[in-house]
Amino acid sequence: MNRSQLPLFPESASSIAPEVDALFYAWTAVSIFFTALIAILILYFIVRYRRKQEDDVGQPERAPVWLEIGWSIIPLVIALAMFAWGTQVFVKIYRPPSDAVVYYGVGKQWMWKFQHPTGQREINTLHVPVGQSIQMKLTSEDVIHSFFVPAFRVKQDALPGRYTSIWFRATKPGTYHLFCAEYCGGEHSKMIGSVIVLEPRDYEAWLAGGQGGQTMTLSGAELFQQLACQTCHGENGSGAGMAGMAARAPRLAGLYNTEVTLADGRKVIADESYIRESILNPMAKVTAGWQPIMPTMQGQVTEEQLTQLIAYVRSLSQQEVK
Amino acid sequence: MATKAAPAHHEAAHDHAEHPHPGFWRQYVFSVDHKVIGIQYAVTGLLFLLFGFCLIMLMRWQLAFPGRALPWLGQLLGEARMPGGSMLPEFYNELGAMHGTIMVFLGVVPLAVGGFGNFVLPLQIGAPDMAFPRINMASYWSYFLGGITMLASFFVPGGAAQSGWTSYAPLAVIAGQGQTIWLLGMVLLITSSLLGSINFIVTTVQLRAPGLTWFRLPFFVWAQLVTSFLLLLAFPPLEAAGIMQLMDRVAGSSFFMPSGLVVSGQQVAYTGGGNPLLWQHLFWFLAHPEVYVLILPAFGIVAEVIANNTRKPVFGYKMMVYAVWFLGFMSFIVWAHHMFFTGMGTTMAAFFQTTTMIISIPSVVLLSSLLLSLWGGSIRFNAPMLFALAFLPMFGIGGLTGLPLGLSAADIPLHDTYYVIGHFHYVVAPGTLFALFAGIYYWFPKATGRKMNDFLGKLHFWPSLIFMNGIFMPMFIQGLAGVSRRLYDGGASYDFAQDVIHWNVFMSMSAWGLGLSQIPFIINFFRSIKHGEKVGDNPWDATTLEWAAPSPPPHGNFITEPSVHRGPYEYSVPGHPSDFTPQFLSAQKAG
Repeated sequence: MNRSQLPLFPESASSIAPEVDALFYAWTAVSIFFTALIAILILYFIVRYRRKQEDDVGQPERAPVWLEIGWSIIPLVIALAMFAWGTQVFVKIYRPPSDAVVYYGVGKQWMWKFQHPTGQREINTLHVPVGQSIQMKLTSEDVIHSFFVPAFRVKQDALPGRYTSIWFRATKPGTYHLFCAEYCGGEHSKMIGSVIVLEPRDYEAWLAGGQGGQTMTLSGAELFQQLACQTCHGENGSGAGMAGMAARAPRLAGLYNTEVTLADGRKVIADESYIRESILNPMAKVTAGWQPIMPTMQGQVTEEQLTQLIAYVRSLSQQEVK
Repeated sequence: MATKAAPAHHEAAHDHAEHPHPGFWRQYVFSVDHKVIGIQYAVTGLLFLLFGFCLIMLMRWQLAFPGRALPWLGQLLGEARMPGGSMLPEFYNELGAMHGTIMVFLGVVPLAVGGFGNFVLPLQIGAPDMAFPRINMASYWSYFLGGITMLASFFVPGGAAQSGWTSYAPLAVIAGQGQTIWLLGMVLLITSSLLGSINFIVTTVQLRAPGLTWFRLPFFVWAQLVTSFLLLLAFPPLEAAGIMQLMDRVAGSSFFMPSGLVVSGQQVAYTGGGNPLLWQHLFWFLAHPEVYVLILPAFGIVAEVIANNTRKPVFGYKMMVYAVWFLGFMSFIVWAHHMFFTGMGTTMAAFFQTTTMIISIPSVVLLSSLLLSLWGGSIRFNAPMLFALAFLPMFGIGGLTGLPLGLSAADIPLHDTYYVIGHFHYVVAPGTLFALFAGIYYWFPKATGRKMNDFLGKLHFWPSLIFMNGIFMPMFIQGLAGVSRRLYDGGASYDFAQDVIHWNVFMSMSAWGLGLSQIPFIINFFRSIKHGEKVGDNPWDATTLEWAAPSPPPHGNFITEPSVHRGPYEYSVPGHPSDFTPQFLSAQKAG
């Protein structure tokens, strides 16, 4: 980092960073213009209209109506134009491109735990390939944390009990600061990590050198067997009953991100948060047409294992598409 | 309206005649007189402001010199908080949470609304007292108890609340005992505000002097009225939320606690499937209008002081009244701009950033009206006017730096950094606090019959202005570089922040300098009670009704019931014999 330079912003290293910066600089220019205007007017008025003699009197109002209307309309137009611009950038930040690869992150007091789709796990460090769109699905084991990589202009809270998501595409190899931006207790200041962006070749080498072993999907499939999910949901979540009997639970293949009708008539999207809730608290949202017989898995699976199960359920849908 | 108000005057005058000597306790401690209650509120509020400021001066030591032992004061605070004189992170977090809580709920609001509202508002509308004097007393004592409760929380095992003034669940729910006390304190403080606000509304509607029509109300009264509506409508959800969090903590409910949390490797016994975001929604549903509760009374005070010292009417009075109502209304539908990154979705974010853009417009109207009020004036530069003038650019900086925060995309690198701290402190510290100082210098003669010393006032003003900027301006630089708020080492462990954290020393020096700059004020305040220059009823040649009463006003306020004949700011009217024509002057006398 160039230390002689006034460090206004941290370096920018993601596809979205220049857009966020442009928006910010535009707003700052508007703000500085108006701040200067206020300051200049005040200085001018207090010098020009200071009391010169004891019997000086004020003069009656003299600003015309157009001025009054003008300073309401012009800021409104500026504000709404900025709004339109800002919303467009914001939506872009939250809608991941279709080729994004899903990584999982779990926050806890006071560290980050990451899982690669290929199964490698890391704590407080995240290796990613440059140029690849990456969608982070975040949750927390305890309190609210926030995943913040200043160089990527990416910030997303990680809440317990649900998944939130953000995506980024790193543009420059290097090591970038990662930390928790939401106050999370005593050692909040020390909840620091780094994102290491590698050339795809180096990333492959890193993956090969790791102890990861098997992909998240595979780990999820194993858990699926261990927890005996297939006895009701069918082998591979096919919804087919065991040994020729009728199935006792809904089919999971093709379920992900589709609409599910619940027993009480509500409709929900079967996203990560829904699948997670259904594993931990099966009675909360029972699918229409099925008996509420599923036991809770609470206390039997960790946050990481949950993400593996979800990755598995998601993979069942991807096979379906093919 | 005006005719309804008349009988109340007679009753009050009658009461007054029957009970000339209420006795010491009834007169000064458990008083029902709005002026005594106002002064009680103001003095208590000022003491809490000083205390809250002391907390941050202590924190700024740790920020400037992380881990370094603090001479003698460190030992005084004990091994549990500052072992060997250097501050524990838990103690830092305690100070942080309590600084925010005390400044907002125990300092600024009680001074701005409880103090100025109580003392000035009935006088300005020509009322003998508030509509419900006993409720008024209950409001003060509920506030007082809330304050004592908050102070007591420093002494429970584990210390005071340390989950931030926002008390986000689940952090606050699993926190130590101090949080329980914090919630109890908040319930008392909220109750106090609710009692106060209903009283202000009824008083303004019912007890205006004959002839005081709505558009003859001084702007200060409008500001207090809108503020009261905000308090009345925004606080109940937080009171409910506070009790719900209390239940989560002590009764095992799980309103805000999702199931299956694992804290420090231990499964937590909450299984009700609660939602931590619910707390944030309820909290910010109050806390955003609360921002306007902090700023509107300041606008009210500044409008009075500027009109008086430019010797001309405030510019665009009606427009300002419409703007302040619109602002009040809009403030209820912007709260979730504090929650852009909680995963609430892009549609919600888009809605709340639209409302946030729109709410900036009435603020622009208010600020520019006050600014244009200077145009063509004959400006007197006394201590209240200096503070009022400084309010304008300081609030301007605070407001304008808020714009990028209101846009979710531009907010990404700034959210929860020091930039945010700089932004809202510019609004509240050199903004609101300067306005409140202006108000103290301006109405002190009415409360005591004596003026505060103008030279000491200027000695208070100039260093305060410089040091305020010395504290808060570098926060923008640190925030842009990405330094987070609520770091007990001030960013020392952030590699990329190394270029900007040297500002911490400068900011801390400025904070301590600001502390020293308050000494002239404290001396001036106490000295002037006994030794200030004696003044008459209307020392500033002002036009509003409070200046018709004697200084200090007796019980019941006015010697003869005032009636109102004109608008609030008839300064320098051509053809009138003097450059001010008070509202209470009849048409014949005005010439």
